[in-house]
Amino acid sequence: MSHGHAEVLTTHEVHHDEHGVHHHHQSFISKYVFSQDHKIIAKQFLITGMIWAIIGGLMSVLFRLQLGYPDQTFPWLEDILGNWAKGGKITPENYYALVTMHGTILVFFVLTGGLSGTFANFLIPLQVGARDMASPMMNMLSYWFFFGGSIVMMSSLFIQTGPFSGGWTAYPPLSALGDASPGSKTGMDLWITAMAMFVVSSLLGGLNYVSTVLNLRTKGMSMTRLPLTIWALFFTAVLGILSFPVLLSGFILLLFDRHAGTSFYLSDIYIAATNQALPNEGGSAILYQHLFWFLGHPEVYIILLPAMGMASEILSVNSRKPIFGYMAMVGSLFAITILAFLVWAHHMFVTGLNPFLGSVFVLLTLLIAVPSAIKVFNWLTTIWKANIKFTPGMLFALGFVSLFISGGLTGIFLGNSTLDIHLHDTYFVIAHFHIVMGVSAFFGMFAGIYHWFPKMYGRYMNSTLAYIHFWVTLIGAYLIFWPMHYEGLAGMPRRYLDYSNWASFNQFGDLNRFISTVAMIVFSIQLLFVFNFFYSIFKGRKVTTQNPWGSTTLEWTAPIHPGHGNWEGEIPEVHRWAYDYSKDGRDFIPQTEPIAANESKH
Amino acid sequence: MTEAVSTQRKKIHPHKFTLWVGIGSIIMMFAGLTSAYIVKGSMGNFPTIKMPQLFYYSTAVILISSFTMQWSLKAFKERGMQQYRRLLTVTMILGVGFIAMQLIAFSQLWESGTKLKGATGSGQFLYVIFGLHAVHVLGGVIALIIMFIKAFSARIRNYNPVPVEVMSTYWHFVDLLWVYLFVFFLFKS
Ligand code: HEM
Ligand SMILES: [Cu+2]
Repeated sequence: MSHGHAEVLTTHEVHHDEHGVHHHHQSFISKYVFSQDHKIIAKQFLITGMIWAIIGGLMSVLFRLQLGYPDQTFPWLEDILGNWAKGGKITPENYYALVTMHGTILVFFVLTGGLSGTFANFLIPLQVGARDMASPMMNMLSYWFFFGGSIVMMSSLFIQTGPFSGGWTAYPPLSALGDASPGSKTGMDLWITAMAMFVVSSLLGGLNYVSTVLNLRTKGMSMTRLPLTIWALFFTAVLGILSFPVLLSGFILLLFDRHAGTSFYLSDIYIAATNQALPNEGGSAILYQHLFWFLGHPEVYIILLPAMGMASEILSVNSRKPIFGYMAMVGSLFAITILAFLVWAHHMFVTGLNPFLGSVFVLLTLLIAVPSAIKVFNWLTTIWKANIKFTPGMLFALGFVSLFISGGLTGIFLGNSTLDIHLHDTYFVIAHFHIVMGVSAFFGMFAGIYHWFPKMYGRYMNSTLAYIHFWVTLIGAYLIFWPMHYEGLAGMPRRYLDYSNWASFNQFGDLNRFISTVAMIVFSIQLLFVFNFFYSIFKGRKVTTQNPWGSTTLEWTAPIHPGHGNWEGEIPEVHRWAYDYSKDGRDFIPQTEPIAANESKH
Repeated sequence: MTEAVSTQRKKIHPHKFTLWVGIGSIIMMFAGLTSAYIVKGSMGNFPTIKMPQLFYYSTAVILISSFTMQWSLKAFKERGMQQYRRLLTVTMILGVGFIAMQLIAFSQLWESGTKLKGATGSGQFLYVIFGLHAVHVLGGVIALIIMFIKAFSARIRNYNPVPVEVMSTYWHFVDLLWVYLFVFFLFKS
């Protein structure tokens, strides 16, 4: 390890300025807290993301409780939540606060920060063959902005008027007028502050990921030899860099509307609570929706692409077969990245959007099905007739493919503007995006954690617990979200606490109770995963070989416990692509092995 | 030992590259804002304003500062440290001057009745967009001040041109960005 370090100091000219301060005996603080080592930063993102996931998941359990049992009171809720559940019932205001925070936390802090932050940091330098990121300093700042944003967001849960409660998309006027609801007051200011810090963190991280992939690849690592994980993380970063700034500009205009009295989004408003007509004129709430969804749609792919990349890699490794259609996989990632910027208005079909424009967006939206289908086809062909090793990582990768197919199909329903008139803002949308984005990205993340845990901590996670975790989560996820399609088709709107006044939805009473029960079970199984994770860090079975899964990629050529700098001695040189499995009678050929004279072409 | 360095492919210095990607992201931010303007402006009932004359002068100032920046980079590369410091100082002063002129122009506009409060209009966009641009110039000025201190500190002897190149690229960028925004508003309001 000290060897690797001397390397960093003396030979890695690019990092010279940042690393000048490093010495062999680092203090605890500089090694684990303000670390500039991409592997430590990855773990910081992962563990922060896990804490957020538990909090965000718990919120959904709480509001599911009330949705499943709308007429009951739970006195113990008041004991633990105090004002949030006065008289043992979650009030409508608090229900809105809970769903808003649930969405914000899961979308941004878990599946964006937690997912990209973890795996882009961990895998990019290790798989492209670099000692660290292009700028380890910026990388460290990226985590600390994320941390700061997390603290601010968290603090909004504890203020008197409560956190923001106008939905994760923060549409004005609810988000623009403090008088509109309790959560629109200080809670919203904290929400914007936290999100702004989050955007800065994403940008700092994304800039680094892109420039590392493009500039710091080891000798021989041409772009077409990159593992698909890296391609996916690269496009994810590009999406973020180009779309988050637009969200930021939307937020800046929102801040002016909130605090300077401008009318970017506001017009002709009368507030009943204060008996007051506002002077704002000429603004348009639709403008905010455009700015929001211009990020919002790319954002869903920011969440999904890393999962796609990791699933591709893990499926290939555990099928002991090359990924089918490597270039088609890269091409479809590229197509998705481009199209992701051209479909945002499909979230706005019912806002009075010009129907002609709407039909253009229908076309572009349905076009996304093409690259998505290519990817699915290639995953299925990769596992076709393969000698599959059902490791926990592999199971989750397979689960990912299943969920992506199910959720992608319902996207095609929603992408038709005429059908969407009926389906918009119903439980059908909830079912769609939870399956295709929420759960499937979680599956990609679990797959990645189980697969790369040995590289992260030098130990294995417990497989028995992992199998229980997998089956309960997969079956549970379908049981929770599949029935929601029927509720949505029947017209049941989202974002209501109590449906008992709607005779037509009474038929769903039992179903709602069932969904809530399964949600609680699935949530508790996630705690089993958390236990497995932390237990295995300290007590898991030790990794004894450098390359436990028999992978071709570079990270498995590094020592079992890589130091800062990743490789002792020189960085290995790359001679081939990342998918030489079951070739010429050999189980696998590492990327570092030169092409032999009589080798067959892939 | 030095071989490990040659294994790293460095066609373009990563810091420079990072700057270019960062510039792409700043462009997206202003593209978002100006397209918001276009969307809003096309909805009708959108009062426009008369641009203060001062913006023409501030345009001249920032354009000149781009020249002095480029010049100082040239001086640095030729190891003309004296000249480099002088030109860096001039650039910095011009940058501060630009921001000051923007602020004065804002207050003129304000005096003439364009306020933030109330009905929408191109004035509100102008304050936000030009203000945000000024913040980016301010960031550049702060970076210049840091370079300035480094250039005058006797202890640091550094002939690495990369930071100066990064600085000058950024400076030209905020200059061009200003020209774009200014022309945009000239046509739109
Ligand atoms: C074949 C591909 C897809 C199509 C055609 C599609 C289409 C749509 C449409 C039209 C809506 C708007 C529904 C409405 O609000 O009425 C929607 C919502 C949504 N989709 Fe998709 N989608 C697809 C794939 C995905 C993927 C891959 C993700 C995430 C990784 C995703 C995440 C979301 C989210 C988060 C929402 C709802 C946001 C909200 O209103 O809160 N979709 N989708
Ligand atoms: Cu979308």
